[in-house]
Amino acid sequence: MTRLTSVNDLIELKKSLVGERVDPDGTKRQSLWVCCGTACRAGGSVELADKLQEEAKNNNIPVDVIKTGCLGMCQKGPLIKTMPDGYLYQKVKTKHTAKIIDYTAKSGFAVRELFYRIDDLDYYYKRDIFSGPKEKIEDLPFYQKQLRLILEGNERVAPENIHYYIAQGGYEALAKILSEKWEPEKVIDEITKSGLRGRGGAGFPTGIKWKATRQAKGEVKVIVANGDEGDPGAFMDRSIMEGNPHCLLEGMLIAGYAVGANYGFIYVRHEYPLALKNISIAIQQVKELGLIGKNILGSGFDFDISIREGAGAFVCGEETALLVSIEGKRGFPSPKPPFPAESGVWAFPTCINNIETLANVPYIVKHGAEKFSSIGTENSKGTKVFALAGKIKNTGLIEVPMGITLREIIYDIGGGIKDGKRLKAVQVGGPSGGCIPADLIDVEVDFDSLSSVGAIMGSGGIIVLDEDDCMVSIAKYFLEFIKEESCGKCPPCRIGSYQMLEILTRITEGKGEMEDIDRLENLAKSMQVSALCGLGKTAPNPVLSTMRYFRDEYEEHIKHKYCRAKSCRINTYKIDNDECFLCGLCKKVCPADAVIDAGDQYIIDQEKCIKCKACYDACPIDVIKSLGSGEETIDKSTINLKGELRDGA
Amino acid sequence: MADKLTGIDEGVLTEEQKKRAMIIHSLFEIQKEHNYLPEEELKKLSEKLNIPLADIYSTASFYKQFYLQPRGKNVVCVCVGTACHVNGAPEVLEVLENTFGIKAGETDKDLNVTLETVGCVGCCGLAPVVTLNEEEIIGEVTKEKAQELADRVWNK
Repeated sequence: MTRLTSVNDLIELKKSLVGERVDPDGTKRQSLWVCCGTACRAGGSVELADKLQEEAKNNNIPVDVIKTGCLGMCQKGPLIKTMPDGYLYQKVKTKHTAKIIDYTAKSGFAVRELFYRIDDLDYYYKRDIFSGPKEKIEDLPFYQKQLRLILEGNERVAPENIHYYIAQGGYEALAKILSEKWEPEKVIDEITKSGLRGRGGAGFPTGIKWKATRQAKGEVKVIVANGDEGDPGAFMDRSIMEGNPHCLLEGMLIAGYAVGANYGFIYVRHEYPLALKNISIAIQQVKELGLIGKNILGSGFDFDISIREGAGAFVCGEETALLVSIEGKRGFPSPKPPFPAESGVWAFPTCINNIETLANVPYIVKHGAEKFSSIGTENSKGTKVFALAGKIKNTGLIEVPMGITLREIIYDIGGGIKDGKRLKAVQVGGPSGGCIPADLIDVEVDFDSLSSVGAIMGSGGIIVLDEDDCMVSIAKYFLEFIKEESCGKCPPCRIGSYQMLEILTRITEGKGEMEDIDRLENLAKSMQVSALCGLGKTAPNPVLSTMRYFRDEYEEHIKHKYCRAKSCRINTYKIDNDECFLCGLCKKVCPADAVIDAGDQYIIDQEKCIKCKACYDACPIDVIKSLGSGEETIDKSTINLKGELRDGA
Repeated sequence: MADKLTGIDEGVLTEEQKKRAMIIHSLFEIQKEHNYLPEEELKKLSEKLNIPLADIYSTASFYKQFYLQPRGKNVVCVCVGTACHVNGAPEVLEVLENTFGIKAGETDKDLNVTLETVGCVGCCGLAPVVTLNEEEIIGEVTKEKAQELADRVWNK
């Protein structure tokens, strides 16, 4: 690749690419966009793409087969989008390749059996139409309420080929700044005006961070892109790094220009090998084109970007910990101030932004702050990418405008709860976030509304929980994670998480005491005020939010040895002998041999029973009752999800 | 020209800073070759960089991706991220633990298999997920599928 020495060179290169070498809209020839995000890869999409290529070659059919980043609807993968028709094929197998080439690539016909069909009769019933299959991306309910500013790139860019990014206006935001000779302050102003807030969790205004770094004293300044996405249940940053790495690089270049930095680091988790690979390729390409290095596009601006590989520490997602990790040390956080903007990596003023934040920057510069700030709510502008997972029909990666409600995300985009179960709660924000109960899901999704209900935006994981999930266990799960990942530097987090986990374990084993609830509350509150870093301070959130909304579940575990989700092994199982029709399945499945065949009835031997609920699940007519023990017994029919036991118990 | 390993121009960092910045990278290199971090190699690294072994050990022992014990030929890794957790990862882990006769985080005595858990591999759409040797991703794992996988790995 020849080096670009001026903005004009970039424009010329773009002209030479459009339509000929790069044809994303399929105007000249058919193109097949095969999703090669992690989930589709697991379904064999890479082999699929290779086979399509081979098949096309054997039949002499001109077609572009492009391996893209994540297209979003992971549940239905592997996905293929075809252009110019815009068909979306789902659950494609290698046996379909010949047909796709023969029908779509050769003649432009659709392979109809690969279209998405809504398999929920209710959906048709409510809308009283028997609509056909959904042919195109925009017809799918999953995509209809989304607004894909950042993720759109994943649909139109080949991550390993910079030409796709450039042909579609890539690096133009940078070129605009350089050719129009924007003052760095003007860039910062634009970002401030746009109202962009950090997407990593805390929602700190990006413009202010940049300004602070710009104003900090120091010859050498550094930009760090935080790709240490350690929250379980979050994979937004990964998808950007894998699917559209140049967008991130451009964002970093602009940030570097604005704050006066000459070096950029991308900190990527070791667990993301594909992201590491694609970013390395991207950096190699921009280096060859002269888009990073010395005197970028003849403007006199120098900027270098390199990768730092994380080595598996959740705490390194915290900025001060990440910075010392770059220096090669243990990833211990340190108290703020000094903020990284004053003294960051090797004590240089450092601007550290989340991957998604930086990926928003080219859009803002290109389209203007006003356009960006017209999206979203008053204090939260733009869109947010979420990883939607859990007990929901359509899992995957979505991007929605701020201010959409959780209900819209769960029911319109996500398609509702799996297996006809009932929604119980939504966990937003990972280990630093909280559980929002089903009756509050009309809350708007933005930074402030979410914190008002005890959750946080976090990095953007949304996990949907149904009636089979025990909220005490969920809290325990997050505490296990925190205990495991606590770096150990400050005692409140190290000891606090350990103690809280012990109490929660006791409760889920049916050995809790009523005082434990107060103990948990005390521990949580002291941890919130005394832990050193943001992760420690927010670590008790899952416990506090579940105690706030699901206190009755805690009390049932303690008082009645009863878990309404039946996931803790503390319930007592009894056979209702009046109803039982003696099929004997319970005896057959019992691993502990606790079901006694008494001739005219079956009895569960409570001494032997290990409370695994195998019999309960096996009973074809539901006459095995799951009960609490203690002062009174509870039948599941007396429980509802709103927890009416609260007053009575 | 920026230094290849640190990504920073000559003269900006002190020698000491440069050396320390290389520790994590060097540890990955050692691990790539030996599959874990043998004590001998750490000592050599300490001599080469002239950094106290204690400092190197301090970094090596902090991060989860560094292994101070030999690992098995096959590494089976169960994702215990939130989505996987609620979709049955604990049961899957139980099946694997029982078949291999080891607990999560352990390696069997013949170095055949290492069983691990990971916070999140980032394909929550396919929960629960198990990865084999960091390459193969197996999604929507049921107890039966886990058993199949366990048998396949064990007899490999």
